[in-house]
Amino acid sequence: MKYLGIKPKRPKIAVFDFTGCEGCELQLVNKEETVIDFLGSVDVINFREISSTISNDFEVAFIEGAITRDDEINRLNEIREQAKVLIALGSCACFGGVNRLKNAYDFKKANQEVYGKQHKETLPARAVKEIIAVDLQIPGCPVDKPEVERIVQHLVWDVPYQFPAYPVCFECKQQYTTCVFELGQLCLGPVTQGGCRAPCPVGGSGCWGCRGPAADPHLKEFLQIADEREFSRKEINERLSFYSGFEGML
Amino acid sequence: MKTDLNVDVHHLTRIEGHGNIEVQIKDGKIQEARWDVVETPRYFEVMLKGKHFSSAGFLTARICGICSFGHCLASLRATEQAFGITITDKATKLRLLAKHGETLQSHILHLFFLAAPDFLEVPSAIPLIESHPDAVAMALRLKSLGNRICEVVGGRATHPVSLLVGGVARSPDELPGLRDELENALVDLGAATELVRTFEIPDFHRETEYVSLKGEDQYPFIGGRLVSSDGIEKAEQEYAAMTNEYVDQRNTSKWCKLSRESFAVGALARFNNNYHLLHPQALETASTLGLDPVCHNPFMNNIAQLVECVHIVNDSIQLIDALMESDSELTMVPVTPQAGEGVGAVEVPRGILYHHYNYNKDGYIVKANCVIPTTQNNANIHHALNDLVTKYAEEGMKSDRLELLCSMLVRSYDPCISCSVH
Ligand code: SF4
Ligand code: SF4
Ligand code: SF4
Repeated sequence: MKYLGIKPKRPKIAVFDFTGCEGCELQLVNKEETVIDFLGSVDVINFREISSTISNDFEVAFIEGAITRDDEINRLNEIREQAKVLIALGSCACFGGVNRLKNAYDFKKANQEVYGKQHKETLPARAVKEIIAVDLQIPGCPVDKPEVERIVQHLVWDVPYQFPAYPVCFECKQQYTTCVFELGQLCLGPVTQGGCRAPCPVGGSGCWGCRGPAADPHLKEFLQIADEREFSRKEINERLSFYSGFEGML
Repeated sequence: MKTDLNVDVHHLTRIEGHGNIEVQIKDGKIQEARWDVVETPRYFEVMLKGKHFSSAGFLTARICGICSFGHCLASLRATEQAFGITITDKATKLRLLAKHGETLQSHILHLFFLAAPDFLEVPSAIPLIESHPDAVAMALRLKSLGNRICEVVGGRATHPVSLLVGGVARSPDELPGLRDELENALVDLGAATELVRTFEIPDFHRETEYVSLKGEDQYPFIGGRLVSSDGIEKAEQEYAAMTNEYVDQRNTSKWCKLSRESFAVGALARFNNNYHLLHPQALETASTLGLDPVCHNPFMNNIAQLVECVHIVNDSIQLIDALMESDSELTMVPVTPQAGEGVGAVEVPRGILYHHYNYNKDGYIVKANCVIPTTQNNANIHHALNDLVTKYAEEGMKSDRLELLCSMLVRSYDPCISCSVH
């Protein structure tokens, strides 16, 4: 791959999965029209889900998933030591994601319910940045592949990436969607960071806030409007805590 | 020949999730041959408690990034059964079309990007971009089509946003374009068959019980009766008696059994139990590739996946024709929650999946249970591994070849481990 005749550097990348659904990793091999160029623009050193070539000589590490067990903390520390750049990939890695919902329950009872008398180790779900330093967070459940491609291009060309400051509403309106509020449904579009191209409100289910808060989210005003429209606090809170991107703001 | 052999694969590659293979042979005798799942548990069944019905489908989709549509559909079906809701014919067809998209995407991903490197003797699909450019382009087109179908019907390729309790949020207008792409895909599937025909499938047979949905008048994907090749038949609601989950000390995934110490689910199980309902072209592909029912070679699951792709593409064309002919636009029915319980059984790419919910009268979940295909396969993988090692160790196979064969055996099941430890 060349741009204006200049060969970019091909960063040596690695992809590691922790507690999650591997849907974010899957996005890396989706968008088939450009996937060959995408994989060619980097040097894939360690990506267990698709390759048996495994080496620890990487520069950029993508981390998918939340952290929920001691052995994961050790693995994560080792990766941090090697990586020049460490990127949290997806809402699980950035915020804890849906995994964080389990933190509201009693683990002993939870273990009893799922595994009976056998004890299986589990810790409260945490985001990667709660354990080690993270250089860049790419939120989304799953991440938006075009955005990941843009970010990797910035890495390849050594140019900082700016996430959009605007909320999801902006991208929703661009597609002339009927606002789901008008249909009597709740939507977190006004307070959530844009950049995903608003698939959820466009698809008919409203935004559930997987990318976390927009730059200046006006959460108080949003709650006021939601109250006026008679959405129960229970419903609003269930929505805001779903992907745990608003953790600590409620 | 009396040999000492060791195979120790920590976090097997080219599969979804984390699992280990351990084999120890001393003087030609197996000391140990294990398949263990060490993935971190996530406690989805616990997280579902107290959740509103409108979030169950979105939450459970996150059990698995590769079969998120399947989880969502099983979840919706469980909820709709609990509330006594029947969705419209149009929504039923759209959901099946979305399901087909996911199966196509998942089977092609597994067959050409995860399994094929073993048969073509490369460590991953990346070198194939140079050595087999046409095959890679063909596989990418097919995978892309699967994802496109999901996007058109479900609003996005992974984690659907348009599949809701009560039906499907909108009726897509991109169906005619999809139909053309599906017609072209039949040509690609012909090329895929030619390529797969060159794969050397290990000659290994092991008598196995196969469990799947039972097709009545069509090859089954969503809902219906349950059947095993050992002759057991049950209603969807009786799934627990079909799976008999138990906890193994060394695994974070549970294990299952039915008539024997283990059973198998997945493409090969569906094929074995329902081959008579396949599209004629899919049956032709099966016979070209030497897949005859009832087949007890677990490596043939790879072949059964391709056979299903041929069926799915043909069936999707028929579904689109029916959808375009129908004058009804109705894709959603009103939803009124009621107290009760429901089970949703769906054939996802890796086998039969069950969701089971109990609701209170306000539509909040009181109790939830999900039984995952790979959970049902794990004990069978473990026992099959034992038999495989016994057979080849007796033949005096070397460690590295045995390690490859063990890895290939596990990959044949296309295990989805994070899913199995949900
Ligand atoms: S962020 Fe979402 S898609 Fe990504 S791993 Fe977590 S649950 Fe899966
Ligand atoms: S549907 Fe949601 S994202 Fe779209 S405009 Fe309305 S509030 Fe904003
Ligand atoms: S619309 Fe909202 S929930 Fe959907 S992807 Fe964007 S931020 Fe996430």
